Amino acid sequence: MEHYLSLFVASVFVENMALAFFLGMCTFLAVSKKVSSAIGLGIAVIVVLTVTVPVNNLVYTFLLKEGALTWTGISGAENIDLSFLGLLSYIGVIAALVQIMEMFLDKYVPALYNALGVFLPLITVNCAILGGVLFMVERSYNFGESVVYGLGAGTGWALAITALAGIREKLKYSDVPASLQGLGITFITVGLMSLGFMSFSGIQL
Amino acid sequence: MSAPTPKGVLTTPIFKNNPIALQILGICSALAVTSSMSVSLVMAMAVIFVTALSNLFVSLLRHQIPSAIRIIVQMTIIASLVIVVDQILKAYAYEMSKQLSVFVGLIITNCIVMGRAEGFAMQNPPMLSFLDGIGNGLGYGFILMVVSFFRELLGSGSVFGFTVLQPVQDGGWYVPNGLLLLPPSAFFIIGLIIWVLRALNPEQVEENEFTMKANTQPKEAV
Repeated sequence: MEHYLSLFVASVFVENMALAFFLGMCTFLAVSKKVSSAIGLGIAVIVVLTVTVPVNNLVYTFLLKEGALTWTGISGAENIDLSFLGLLSYIGVIAALVQIMEMFLDKYVPALYNALGVFLPLITVNCAILGGVLFMVERSYNFGESVVYGLGAGTGWALAITALAGIREKLKYSDVPASLQGLGITFITVGLMSLGFMSFSGIQL
Repeated sequence: MSAPTPKGVLTTPIFKNNPIALQILGICSALAVTSSMSVSLVMAMAVIFVTALSNLFVSLLRHQIPSAIRIIVQMTIIASLVIVVDQILKAYAYEMSKQLSVFVGLIITNCIVMGRAEGFAMQNPPMLSFLDGIGNGLGYGFILMVVSFFRELLGSGSVFGFTVLQPVQDGGWYVPNGLLLLPPSAFFIIGLIIWVLRALNPEQVEENEFTMKANTQPKEAV
């Protein structure tokens, strides 16, 4: 239990997806103008990461890893190593899951669908999702760890984008040099936030 | 762009319409690899390769791709190309591929590749799209090299691993600025690059949503 808790805290703060690994930057910068839409996107990312990371973990352990096909009982299956197909399968799984989730929400939870609707398709190409999956594979998490990691990484990303949106809403009222307006000042703000989050690094739980 | 010319599509993305600085595309996987120049050079080459070829193939297939599933088709093309790059790096430059870790895979979701395939290659003939891919890849690589030049020079006193400024711990005079090796510095440098580019091209400046009324009247301030 303690292990999972420390993994969660580490993935939220120490290894923050957006501020320590720069993942999902495109949407991070584009959708952070308003707090309300930032929260919507943040929640969508949490949901998608929590589902896709464990599912891809299963795909990796039971289909792609070297010797993973042993369970099929076909002779010679234990020598098959399909890990080179990894990238293609992960992105396929992500795209399919996002699509399924969209249809499911549309049918059964229309309120949530209306809130997240616009953001769900955007998420397929969000690097944070694929990044989360690739980190999971690289660090060879087991199923339980991958659930916790997905939840934690998503929460960290949501936290970062909400905080940035809050800052940008206030920043509108300040007098920024003309050519630094908009994107430029946002980059520098994100840099400062990232410095702040660096104070978490090295924390061992 | 009315009628894109071969030279135009190759050069405008580098300065005029830079994908990173102006369109905010593809920053996702870019920043974490810029702390050393050789790593960013490999990353830039990989992106140029993937963008150019994905543009070429998407453009060749553009009349065959049904528009309802075009994103999936584009994704598949891009993912296959990235797998090729990943396998080549693992085979011939294993150390480099360790350093780049997951960021090679993340080229798939690099918005530049996707954006050019969707925005340019779907409408234009193969050769032009190929050049457009190279141009955008170069624009991306250009920013990457500038950022990594400053980060490596000021952070560890070297360029491409060759010592230029002799650091103090090796008996030299230069005190390396450790901040530049940390992730946040990449944001500052890109912010500053955008500042410079926009000061040079004022038409790129974003409109302020509204202007503030001055706080005090000039007379009162005296």
